[in-house]
Amino acid sequence: MRQIAADRLSPAQDDFYDALMQAHAGLSEAESHALNARLVLMMANRIGDVGALRELIDTARSYSDG
Amino acid sequence: MAYDYTPFPYTDPPGLTETEPRHAVVIVGAGPVGLAMAIDLALRGVKSVVLDDNNVVSMGSRAICWSKRTMEIFDRLGVGERMLAKGVTWKVGRNFHGHREVFSFDLLPEDGHKYPAFINLQQYYVEEYLVERARDFPELIDLRFRNKVVGHTDLDGCVQVEIETPSGSYKLETEYLIACDGAGSATRERMGLDFTGQTFQEQFLIADIEMEQSPFGDADVPERWFWFDPPFHPGKSALLHMQPDNIYRIDLQLDVDADGKAEAAEDRVIPRIKAVVGDKPFKLDWVSVYKFRCIKLDRFVHGRVVFVGDSAHVVSPFGARGGNGGIQDVDNLGWKLAAVLNGEADARLIETYHEERSHGSAENILNSTRSTNFMTPKSPIEALFRAEALKLAQDQPFAQKLLNSGRLSVPCSLEGMALQTPGAAQIAPGTALVDAPLSSEAGDTWLLREVQGEFTLVGFGDVVLPEVVGLRRIGINHRADYPCFTALQNHAIRRYGAGKAYLFRPDGHVCAVFDTPTEAAVREAMARACGAKLTEDTA
Ligand SMILES: Cc1cc2nc3c(=O)[nH]c(=O)nc-3n(C[C@H](O)[C@H](O)[C@H](O)COP(=O)(O)OP(=O)(O)OC[C@H]3O[C@@H](n4cnc5c(N)ncnc54)[C@H](O)[C@@H]3O)c2cc1C
Repeated sequence: MRQIAADRLSPAQDDFYDALMQAHAGLSEAESHALNARLVLMMANRIGDVGALRELIDTARSYSDG
Repeated sequence: MAYDYTPFPYTDPPGLTETEPRHAVVIVGAGPVGLAMAIDLALRGVKSVVLDDNNVVSMGSRAICWSKRTMEIFDRLGVGERMLAKGVTWKVGRNFHGHREVFSFDLLPEDGHKYPAFINLQQYYVEEYLVERARDFPELIDLRFRNKVVGHTDLDGCVQVEIETPSGSYKLETEYLIACDGAGSATRERMGLDFTGQTFQEQFLIADIEMEQSPFGDADVPERWFWFDPPFHPGKSALLHMQPDNIYRIDLQLDVDADGKAEAAEDRVIPRIKAVVGDKPFKLDWVSVYKFRCIKLDRFVHGRVVFVGDSAHVVSPFGARGGNGGIQDVDNLGWKLAAVLNGEADARLIETYHEERSHGSAENILNSTRSTNFMTPKSPIEALFRAEALKLAQDQPFAQKLLNSGRLSVPCSLEGMALQTPGAAQIAPGTALVDAPLSSEAGDTWLLREVQGEFTLVGFGDVVLPEVVGLRRIGINHRADYPCFTALQNHAIRRYGAGKAYLFRPDGHVCAVFDTPTEAAVREAMARACGAKLTEDTA
């Protein structure tokens, strides 16, 4: 089931996005995918709640076919 | 109807035949910034000579979006209402992805403001109105077209300026040289000042078209429409704006390696425009191809030479922060320069123009760089993140906010800087004035009308204002022997809070707030705003 989450990033969304893009600067595509994987795992640990994580996984997956 | 570029007349300057007395201010460049600078100074009784190498207003399609804050400054300069009447008012921006609308924003969702979030008005009209306004001050503004500055030397205590005209060369001396000579500033180059920064490789095609029928759908309300990957221009971005005289501006992103010259050819442009507007008949008014840069000078003030507008900083246009930033520079510098020239403040006050506006332009550059980066992903991974953000933006509010098609110009805050007295209030010290409607026996007015131009102490609600020499006072929703107003719909009280006094600088920025303003405290805050507390090393 897809969950619609309240926005929690603004007004700093551009700071975040910029930091994320800068973290990728200069990496090869493979290195970037590895960085993304590490980030997902670390963010999961920060969230901690496995139920919430399952919801996020399902929601993210729900966009794959559309 | 296409704009009629009537040239301004050239007359021989006195300096060709006799030595002119030393001037207080010479302004290089009669673009929007140089012209606004001269008018601002004239309103404070300061004379200036404005030198421009050209004799017509800005050619073609450049600045079109003028922000609320700029309009408020233009109001003070005496051209705001005329621009508002001619301009196209808008406040909603819509972002599309493919066919689908993904996010819209309202830049001014509340009422009770004299000026709207934005007006669109071609730069040539802005300059025309400013030139006409400058002519209201024949004793104070000496406008000299086809006077090209070719050299300047900083002598002890003044600057010597070398000028070429169609009838020969001459020299002037001035106490201050204000370089408003644009992005390619020869003043800056002559001084060897470093002006390097980020240049974006992407090219943008900019076209003005004249068209009777509105492209803004059935509602026919002018808005800012931006497309990521539109069906009519796959893989790139596009932007649509309405301007006066049924002129529409279309910006189309081109390939990095596109041949700019070939792209600007009519037979290439017409099909691209047709793809955007469909079968509606239109006439091509202007086409150009740009690459954008984001750069600023390290220092805006170099002794007696001060850089203002594009000569000091350039940004990419997404966010409309170029011209708007330049007009805010003028607003910041005008009163300081006048105070120094009139002997009311130390020359160090001019250094605070650098502190405050360099900060403002850094903020503008940060925002316009981020917007341009988002619009033009540089690597497969950047493209991937953007594609997924667009996908999530179908229904996830946070992702909608991540879409960055330009964060539109807002005034920067000067909070925490040297001239402001720290304090807590709804509108914090450093913030630019927030307008509100007022009324009195004399009729209806706006806060901006009563506050801008000189230091003003405003009492909101139940607060007693002391008398301070040289300081204008007004009261809102209270009774006193100075001018008092009623807050219409209570907007002013709601925005500023009841029982508070605010001290506004001549540029409309709050510089101190008080619960119980005493004469000594207000005087001290005003002296601080005039540079009294600056130490040698901040200069
Ligand atoms: C495509 C595009 C879109 C834009 N859109 C917007 C927008 O929507 N909103 C916005 O706010 N800004 C916008 N801008 C930016 C805006 O056009 C500039 O910021 C603005 O023109 C700067 O004004 P200025 O007076 O500093 O410089 P300029 O307008 O460049 O004026 C400089 C003047 O100095 C004169 N001059 C130069 N050298 C000499 C010399 N040696 N002697 C005498 N005179 C000289 C020139 O002839 C000129 O008149 C846009 C720019 C572009 C290119």
